[in-house]
Amino acid sequence: MSSSIQTSPLIPAPGPLPASLQFTDEGRLQHLLTIEGLSHALITEILDTAESFASMNAKSVKKVPLLRGKTVVNLFFEASTRTRTTFELAAKRLSADVLNINISTSATVKGESLLDTLRNLEAMYVDMFVVRHQASGAAHFIARHVASHVAVLNAGDGRHAHPTQALLDMFTIRRHKGDFSALRVAIVGDILHSRVARSQIHALNILNTGEIRVIAPQSLLPAHVESLGVHVYNDIRAGLRDVDVVIMLRLQRERMEAGLLPSEHEFFQLYGLTQERLALANPGCLVMHPGPANRGVEIDSRVADGPQSVILEQVTYGIAVRMAVMSMIMGGGLTQ
Amino acid sequence: MSEDIQAVLDRMAEALKQRLSARGTPDPVMIGIHTGGVWVAQALHRRLGLSQPLGMLDISFYRDDFSRIGMHPQVKPSSLPFSVDDRHIVLVDDVLFTGRTIRAALNEIFDFGRPASVTLAVLVERDGRELPMEAQVVGQHLSLRPDQQVKLRGPDPLRLEIANLKGQP
Repeated sequence: MSSSIQTSPLIPAPGPLPASLQFTDEGRLQHLLTIEGLSHALITEILDTAESFASMNAKSVKKVPLLRGKTVVNLFFEASTRTRTTFELAAKRLSADVLNINISTSATVKGESLLDTLRNLEAMYVDMFVVRHQASGAAHFIARHVASHVAVLNAGDGRHAHPTQALLDMFTIRRHKGDFSALRVAIVGDILHSRVARSQIHALNILNTGEIRVIAPQSLLPAHVESLGVHVYNDIRAGLRDVDVVIMLRLQRERMEAGLLPSEHEFFQLYGLTQERLALANPGCLVMHPGPANRGVEIDSRVADGPQSVILEQVTYGIAVRMAVMSMIMGGGLTQ
Repeated sequence: MSEDIQAVLDRMAEALKQRLSARGTPDPVMIGIHTGGVWVAQALHRRLGLSQPLGMLDISFYRDDFSRIGMHPQVKPSSLPFSVDDRHIVLVDDVLFTGRTIRAALNEIFDFGRPASVTLAVLVERDGRELPMEAQVVGQHLSLRPDQQVKLRGPDPLRLEIANLKGQP
C-alpha cells in the first residue's frame, strides 16, 4: 500500500504501518488503527458488545457510567461532521468528557508541530485521542509517539483505514443478514482512494464472507486489488447480479479534476446505482453508503431513500459500535 | 446444599406472594440480573403467574470495578419489555454478597425510569456486605468463609456450587 501513502508537512512520511502496534505485549487491544490483524473472535466480540449498547436506546437516560472521569479528545485534522458527531455522542453516552479540537483552525496553523500539540494535550491528562487526518499513517504515527496511558482510535487516515466505519457496516450487515459466509457483497465506486473500502474488505475477509466484489472503472482501482481477496468487475450490471449487499462509495469531486473520470454525469451513467440496476441483485439486497451520498452521482435518490436502503441505520449503529470500541479499549480487559 | 432448590424456590414464591398482597401490589413486574438471577427469576415468575413478561438486566455497563478489570466478555443486552415508571418491581438475583451488583442494578433501573418501589429477592444471602443493601425475600442464608465462593449453576438443573477461591488451601 506504500504507493497510496500521502505526505503532509505536519507528519513525517510513515514507515510500514504494522497492525501489531494496536496490541500490547500481552495481546490486549490498546489502540484501534486498522482492521488488519484483528481476529474473527475479537471483531465478533466488538459487534456483540455494540449490540448491548444499541439496546440502550430504550432507556429514558441514554447513558452509562462506564467512562466517567475519562477524557476523550476528538483530534480532527480534516473536516467531518458525521464521524465527529457520532464519536462525540458515543463518548458522551459513556459518560466521558469530550474535547473537540479542529486542528485546521488551531495551533498547527500557528506553526506548532503535531508532537508539540500532542505533548500539550497529554499534559492535560487526557485518556484517548480520536484521530482523523488526511495523511495515511497519521494515527499510527500518533500511536507510536503518544504517552503510554493514552489510547488512539483511528477515525480515518488518508487512503489507509477507517476501522470504525467498517465495523459499523459489519454490524449493519449482521443485523440484517446474519451469517457472512452465505453472502455476496459488492463495493462500488472509487476503491482506489477509499480508506472505507480498504477497511471493509479486510473486515469482510476476516468474517469469512462468501464473496467480495469490487465494481469500478480501472482508473479507480488500486493495482493488484485482486490480492486483497476480491473479484473485480468493471461492468456494474454483471457485478450486481446475485449480490446480497451493495455498498456505494462516495465519489469525490477532486477525482474528476485529477482527470481520472470524465464527468459526474458519465459516472452516474456507467456506475450509478439505480432501481433498475438494483433489481439485478438478490431480492432484499441491502443498499449501504458511508455518507454523505452524492445523489445523482453514485446513487439515485429513489434508491438512497428506498425500502432497501439502510443508510440511516448505519448512522445510528455508528454510535453503538463506537461506544463498544471505546469502552473495550479503555476498559483494559480485552485480549485476543 | 442440603435442601432441594425447587423447595427453596417454592418457599420464596410463597413469601413474595404474601408480601406483595400485604402491600397491595399483586401484579408487579419482575427483573432478573444476568445470568443466575435470570434463572431464579424465571422460576419465580412461573410460580407467581405474573402477567408482564420477565425483564433482564446485564449490569456490566454499571459495574464499579470497570476501570480496574475492564469490560466483561459476552455482555448481553438488557431488555425490559415494559415501562418501569410507577411500577412495583421485584428485582431478583442468585447471590447477595457485597451488595455492589444490586447497587449497579438499581442505577440501571433508574436510567429506564422511576419505579414506584423495588423489592429485592435472592436465592442465597451470605455475610460480607460492603453497601447498605438488604433483601426482603431470602431463599436461604449460607455461612461461608471469606475464601469460599458460592455460584449458581444452571439453568437445568439449578444447583449451588461452593468452591474455595484459587490459591487458597
